[in-house]
Amino acid sequence: MTEQLTILLVVIPLLSAPITAIFKNHLLTWAITLSVSIVCFAISGVILAEVIDGKHVIYELGGWRPPWGIEYKIDSLNAFIALIVSGIAVVSGIFSFRSAPSEIDTTQSGLFYAAFQLCLLGLLGIALTGDIFNLFVFLEISSLSSYALISMGRKRQALTASFAYLILGTIGATFFLIGVGFLYAASGSLNIADIAERFSSFEDMQLVVTAFIFILLGIALKAAIFPLHSWLPNAYGFAPSTVSIFLSATATKVSIYVLLRVLFDLYPIAYWQELLIPQLLLVLGCVGVIYGSVRAWQQVEIKRLLAFSSVAQIGYIVIGIALLTETGLTAAVLHLFNHAIIKATLFIGAGILVYRANSTKLSDLRGFGASMPWTFFAMAFAGLSLIGVPGTVGFVTKWYLLEAAIQQSKWIVVGAIVIGSVFAIAYVWKIVEALYFNSKRKIHIQHVKSGDINIPSASKSMGLALWLGAIACLYFGLFTNIPFNAANAVAKALLGM
Amino acid sequence: MLEYVAGHVNYWLIIVVMMVGLYTLISRTNLMKKLAGLAMFQTAVILFYVSLGKVKDGTVPIVDDAYEIYSNPLPQVLMLTAIVVGVATTALGFALVIRIKESYDSIEEDEINKLDQDA
Repeated sequence: MTEQLTILLVVIPLLSAPITAIFKNHLLTWAITLSVSIVCFAISGVILAEVIDGKHVIYELGGWRPPWGIEYKIDSLNAFIALIVSGIAVVSGIFSFRSAPSEIDTTQSGLFYAAFQLCLLGLLGIALTGDIFNLFVFLEISSLSSYALISMGRKRQALTASFAYLILGTIGATFFLIGVGFLYAASGSLNIADIAERFSSFEDMQLVVTAFIFILLGIALKAAIFPLHSWLPNAYGFAPSTVSIFLSATATKVSIYVLLRVLFDLYPIAYWQELLIPQLLLVLGCVGVIYGSVRAWQQVEIKRLLAFSSVAQIGYIVIGIALLTETGLTAAVLHLFNHAIIKATLFIGAGILVYRANSTKLSDLRGFGASMPWTFFAMAFAGLSLIGVPGTVGFVTKWYLLEAAIQQSKWIVVGAIVIGSVFAIAYVWKIVEALYFNSKRKIHIQHVKSGDINIPSASKSMGLALWLGAIACLYFGLFTNIPFNAANAVAKALLGM
Repeated sequence: MLEYVAGHVNYWLIIVVMMVGLYTLISRTNLMKKLAGLAMFQTAVILFYVSLGKVKDGTVPIVDDAYEIYSNPLPQVLMLTAIVVGVATTALGFALVIRIKESYDSIEEDEINKLDQDA
């Protein structure tokens, strides 16, 4: 029974997206999108419950036996990622009820939601498939729809940001495709499990190293791992709010998932340890943490600040992977989950600011927190999670990450994490200071009449989405068992323990 | 050595196509030319896959007693998908270029950057 459910995760959005595209009514298209997201979320939950104790759910497409046919092989990592993606889709779906009509022309809402569902479908597909070429196809489905989504931002810079992302994203995906081609030439198979099983029979071929490097570069570009992150700040900064929330919390996470699969399932660990990949990733991760945090601190606009902070957070995840211990890997997988929640919450906050004040520039928002105490409080709380204050989700991952680094006496890594956190305090404080501690002044913002202080208040749906995120930050920070056990099971499975 | 070079002549040509595409993509500031470079880059990968499947003296993969060596049809099938992806990417890129032209009145990257900085 559960086998049949797995394919529904891909089929339902695939069928509903073209149907959504023909409607123009916002309420109807929104309702379809939200129901699709909720159904996907429920299915992911059922699948995760099934596989959490180490079982596998296997679905063979069209009844073709692997390695000939495409196989969906779900273990705890797949299901965990699918749950994150569909959960964030639900939250951004709730948020978009008021936000999308204010940012996107209502005649286009059908197309907007169709692209949103296609993006969801692509990301879920990447998380489920066990076939590496199929993975490339889903990668392109999600990327193409996200280029379209980003270009719908209100400012014209959204177009150039989307174009830059299109160029870099396509280069990344094509590199991935070249790597898959080399690997296919060496192994004669596209099934990840099949390639891994017969790896020793062709590991001496030069092709295999080339394939590895191409695949790694392609994914690193998609995951925005420093120094391949240049598309990210503009793309997230200028996208419509709903899209920023959804993509910031899921797109790079899913790419990190692909990285985990390639490093731990496709290639044996010992193979890439010889290529000094762990050291390389560790250095890139540390530099990424510091660079991302410093650049975030320099920004004067909230969405770009959050986008640069994403670069830093991806650095933390990369460090966790590169430490290659159970604790480190658990921290990395846990941070996939935690960062998705934190960043979604913060981008929802930024989205509410866009809705209410029509601006996310810090200088426009001085003293704004006083007139929106609840939103401000939730944002500040998510900001504390980003820093890693005890009692929030951010603390849990930083703690395990530091523990893993100290276990191996890698003091430079410890230093990088600490410096990153200090700058995190600085950039979160920058938001808090501007919103709360600066004196309020009359708002002079485009499209709002001068002296008019009757700004629209945040709607209930936006508040609901924001507080869902903020409460998740608190809940999973205090009761860490559920995500920790899942992440720990994943880490053990990846390391083959 | 010469045998090695001549034996892999299809791959050398593919590398040339790929690098011309990548260089165009990096060096041009005109967005249309960038897309043309991107399309060349993708096409080179498609050619790479197709030549990967070719077996010397192989025929089409149809069961017949007269033939024993078949070319591998799978890479060609994969490339059908990749061609579709490539077309979709290029089309989306063109659509973006049209909208960039409408809102910036330019498709030169450096002019657009300058307009963005002034704003």
